[in-house]
Amino acid sequence: MPEKELCITHEKPLAFFPHFERKGEGEDQTHYCPGCGHGIVHKLLAETIDELGIQDRTILISPVGCSVFAYYYFDTGNVQAAHGRAPAVATAVKRAHPNSIVISYQGDGDLAAIGAAEILHCANRNENVTVLFVNNTIYGMTGGQMAPTSLPGQKTTTSPGGRDPGRDGYPMRVSELLATLESPAFIERASLGNVKTILQAKKAIRRAIECQMEGKGFSMVELLSPCPTIWKLDPVAAQKRVHDEMERYFEPGIKCDRRASRPEPREAAPPPPLADFSRLLNLPDDNGRTAPAHAHDAERLDWRIRIAGFGGQGVLLLGQLLAEAAMDDGLEVSWLPSYGPEMRSGTSNCHVRISSHPIDSPLVTRANALLALNEPSLRKFLDTVEPGGLVLYNGDHLPDDCRRDNVSVYALPFAEIANQLGSAKVGNMVMLGAFLALSHFLPDERMEAALARLVSSERWVEIDKKALAVGRERVPAEEFRHA
Amino acid sequence: MARQLLKGNEAVVKGALLAGCRAFYGYPITPATEILEAAAWYFPRCGGEFLQAESEVAAIHMVYGAAASGQRAMTASSGPGISLMSEALSYLAGAELPCVIVDLMRAGPGLGNISPEQSDYWQVTRNGGHGSYRSLVLAPASVQEMADLTRLAFDLADRYRNPVFVLADGTIGQMMEPVEFREPAREPVMPEWAVGGTAATRKNLVSSIFLKPDDLELHIAKLEAKYALAEREVRFERYRTDDADVVLVGYGIVARILKHAVDELRAEGIATGLLRPITLVPFPSAELRRMAATVREFVVVEMSTGQMVDDVRLAVDGAAKVSFYGRGGGNLPGAEEVKAMVEGRVRKEGLVHA
Repeated sequence: MPEKELCITHEKPLAFFPHFERKGEGEDQTHYCPGCGHGIVHKLLAETIDELGIQDRTILISPVGCSVFAYYYFDTGNVQAAHGRAPAVATAVKRAHPNSIVISYQGDGDLAAIGAAEILHCANRNENVTVLFVNNTIYGMTGGQMAPTSLPGQKTTTSPGGRDPGRDGYPMRVSELLATLESPAFIERASLGNVKTILQAKKAIRRAIECQMEGKGFSMVELLSPCPTIWKLDPVAAQKRVHDEMERYFEPGIKCDRRASRPEPREAAPPPPLADFSRLLNLPDDNGRTAPAHAHDAERLDWRIRIAGFGGQGVLLLGQLLAEAAMDDGLEVSWLPSYGPEMRSGTSNCHVRISSHPIDSPLVTRANALLALNEPSLRKFLDTVEPGGLVLYNGDHLPDDCRRDNVSVYALPFAEIANQLGSAKVGNMVMLGAFLALSHFLPDERMEAALARLVSSERWVEIDKKALAVGRERVPAEEFRHA
Repeated sequence: MARQLLKGNEAVVKGALLAGCRAFYGYPITPATEILEAAAWYFPRCGGEFLQAESEVAAIHMVYGAAASGQRAMTASSGPGISLMSEALSYLAGAELPCVIVDLMRAGPGLGNISPEQSDYWQVTRNGGHGSYRSLVLAPASVQEMADLTRLAFDLADRYRNPVFVLADGTIGQMMEPVEFREPAREPVMPEWAVGGTAATRKNLVSSIFLKPDDLELHIAKLEAKYALAEREVRFERYRTDDADVVLVGYGIVARILKHAVDELRAEGIATGLLRPITLVPFPSAELRRMAATVREFVVVEMSTGQMVDDVRLAVDGAAKVSFYGRGGGNLPGAEEVKAMVEGRVRKEGLVHA
């Protein structure tokens, strides 16, 4: 009979560091109390990581609470997160590294109180991460305050008379709550109440991580866990409480399992090459604008234009077209819309500056051109036009009580003229055509090129062009109506 | 490359993607929502990650996760959202994670309104979060700078492993001006300290905990040393300051208005100049001190009740007069108002050299 060989039947999982050097003093033992559930959950997780062969791929997100130092022990990638935010952190880590296995390790205060929003939305987005939720019905690290999961009647330092559901609410069954969502793939509650349930807990953890490995989406295991020190029970009595009291309120079992109905994850498309970025970002094509800039140098051109009207009259587009065309013509431009409360009252206005020199302030406080598409705008801005300035007004004539000397006024029913063309909407274009004819600093082709770029519908480009032409022709022929 | 007429809000997003940023996590808030919307459009098509988070709190912690993973990551918000993000800003700085936060300031306090203000200056330059840390802060004054300084922000964030703010206001975000993207697109590079779910990165730990007082004190000293080193990044623009008796000081959109006021005051015979800080942290204190030898008065103009003026006073340290003019509530100071204010100071104090 051959001599029986000695073999190792059980050893520390490889996913644990051999020595806890990050911990410093006492590096051969954990910082967890005797009988604490964290030690058990850590071991179950480390064994599972070994068994699944995912140590290199694993990134553990440690929370705030007693398990804040999970990175002392796990020889995996580690990110420490702020209180309650581990699911948000995990979301971004997983999306950055889809091939990694991201495990968010959280306690009940962290997950169910301060991080309630983060866990809810992480689950609802079905983020492909795994959450281990250690529920011990108490805040451990801060010394025993009431948690969202504290049981009715449970005495804590902040519920010295016992948790009163009438005042504090009932304990939250987070797993059941999250399972009501359509999205999460897998949620199970397990218990550390005795050896048998601990073995079941390990299987639950494995199912959850496999769910992530298969790309099925969000998985969570809630682990009912003892906290002997804070509960002021010895480890055996604490484990008995888990089994006898916690399991009664927080029923173990699978709360949702949608793994089978989830489609196989699709392979992500490779990122586009940088050479494509110009196109992807709609950056201008150098070839598209080869026309030489108009010679403006002889003059010191400085248009300070205020354009105003009702929302829907195309005020902003009018300004944008001017700026776009002038930029193409080699000029400096700025376009600034007014936004905020003014929008609410239904009026809209913008400041446009066009200059042969660099533009200092984009604000037009003293205009040398006012394009007023309605009467309120005329009344509001007429006084801001400087002497010698140009005023275009959408109306037959200026109201009697709103007149100005020493400015040139072109009052025409631009919108009505547009209406005759088939759409009152292009009143702005008729006015723009008139302005171009009066200011004559921009070649027509610049404006047509700008139109083609800013207006997506070809049909509207044609209507706009027609309106521009009518505006251009109409104004010089019209009798100049000086106010 | 040809110039393109762009809104500041869109220029930020294009600049970020060209800088190699591939992660945008945000939450809607006026006037920064357009950045979120542009990111939703451009990030996925460029192979980047975009997610609308459940809150600003979650958004910035997602940025933390992306940064820990080695991505160039960013978010954009406005004052009320920045308040919520303050928690993570402290963690980001503590864990030495680079990222970029764009703050398009709106009027406060409370809900205030959505019009522009510059009243987040203290919040952003003095840290909304807890602990001894700083954020670097860049202040664009044009749409071109919205693009350029966003790119610079990513470079500085990586160089100092620290959050960097791009601090602008709704005006610059909404404004359109010609932009030229001169720098080529940058390929994302994963730094060696980041977590990656690989054998090579398994040893990496991202954390801001230093349990022992001595260790934390050392860590804080290390951060301080970084911030001292970052002083070399100071950037500012001077305009007609060489012989100026009065120097206006303003950043962002206000500086554009002040430039106009400088020309108008010069036309009146008052030797006026402008100092525009481009970096708010680090602040151009040395330049202000140098100028204080010849300048009679610094006139600080802000869209707030006076926040940056503190930094000017600290820099000048009594060597010249410092006065302040501010507008708030969403009102922009007009060049005419500033001109009248300066003329009044000149009459009262005789500021002009004979």
